[in-house]
Amino acid sequence: MARSDVQLMLDVKFGDDSSFELLLRKYRIPVVNFLYRMVRDSATAEDLAQEVFLRVYRARGEYLPSAKFTTWMFRIATNLALNSLRDGRYRHQEISIDHSFGAADGENEPPALEVPDRQPSIELELIRRDRAERIRRAVESLPEKQRAAVLLHKYQEMDYDEIAGVLGCSESALKSLLFRAYETLRVELAPLVETAAQVQAQAGRPGR
Amino acid sequence: MNCTRTEKKLVAYLDGKLHAGERREFEAHLASCSLCGERAEGFRAMWDVLEELPPIMPSPGFDSLVRARVQQEASRGGFWSWILPSPRMAFAAAALLIASIWLSSFQPGRVSTPGQMVAVQTSEADFGAIKNLPVLEDYDVVTSFDALSELPVQQQSAEPQSLNRM
Repeated sequence: MARSDVQLMLDVKFGDDSSFELLLRKYRIPVVNFLYRMVRDSATAEDLAQEVFLRVYRARGEYLPSAKFTTWMFRIATNLALNSLRDGRYRHQEISIDHSFGAADGENEPPALEVPDRQPSIELELIRRDRAERIRRAVESLPEKQRAAVLLHKYQEMDYDEIAGVLGCSESALKSLLFRAYETLRVELAPLVETAAQVQAQAGRPGR
Repeated sequence: MNCTRTEKKLVAYLDGKLHAGERREFEAHLASCSLCGERAEGFRAMWDVLEELPPIMPSPGFDSLVRARVQQEASRGGFWSWILPSPRMAFAAAALLIASIWLSSFQPGRVSTPGQMVAVQTSEADFGAIKNLPVLEDYDVVTSFDALSELPVQQQSAEPQSLNRM
């Protein structure tokens, strides 16, 4: 039977470093993704993600299973992201659509890789990249707290009480925060909603 | 239910988190209010679009960098982290150590009060005075000391001589 996150963390607390390795494998992608969307730079996101795991390890001696492990871990991640954004220590690197298409020059490519789920045609791949870029920009344009709430709700699928615990607000305030964020995204992404059906239809056709 | 209340419950409705009574009331409002109905459909469609954002994979060296930093942390802690697994225990141990040192300063025989310090300084001064007494360095006084003449003269024993003859 698989051990829960809390049990794994308690095992780490009592000296079992292999349990920490399991937590690292389980949460490396969610944490890096969350931080990447928050700070908008892959190198910074990875630096901060390393710091998250290091802080989790450092705090092992004091860990108490009073809250969900993910709430605790993402609270650390959120605080680090907000601090780095406010300190302005990390330069915001916008990656243009043109750049992401420039496969010839690999030296400026971000180290993190966006993974397509299949091998589509070139045309469809271009459309997908364009849409992903516009979605990314819309999400990353949200105010920090709204962005964190959307990332935790939509992409980490956390419950309201967990997200409220991470962000340090009430569930009622969180629901208002989410509504405002999604209302902004609804307007921003309306053109993509209209063309979503066409992309779905093209994706159904066999690739070249 | 009015539109303002709908705004507060729309996300929970789409997540399927409303109770049965709330959901029925909410759906009744959506059926009667085209604005809220369109917004709810817009949210649902927008959530589908958000799914198109592909996940980011960490760079190949990410795990090894985390492991290296964690191992560095573990080795830094070393023996003490094993003995004292938490900062609270470390603080408690340090406080106990300081308290025991402080208490030990009250043991008898230890010089700590001002009176005892004065006594030590006085005895050290007396010792210096005796050591440097000029009378002990005055040879005339010593040689004319009558008590010395009353001492018995030491006799040479014959035994060493007999040994030499042999």
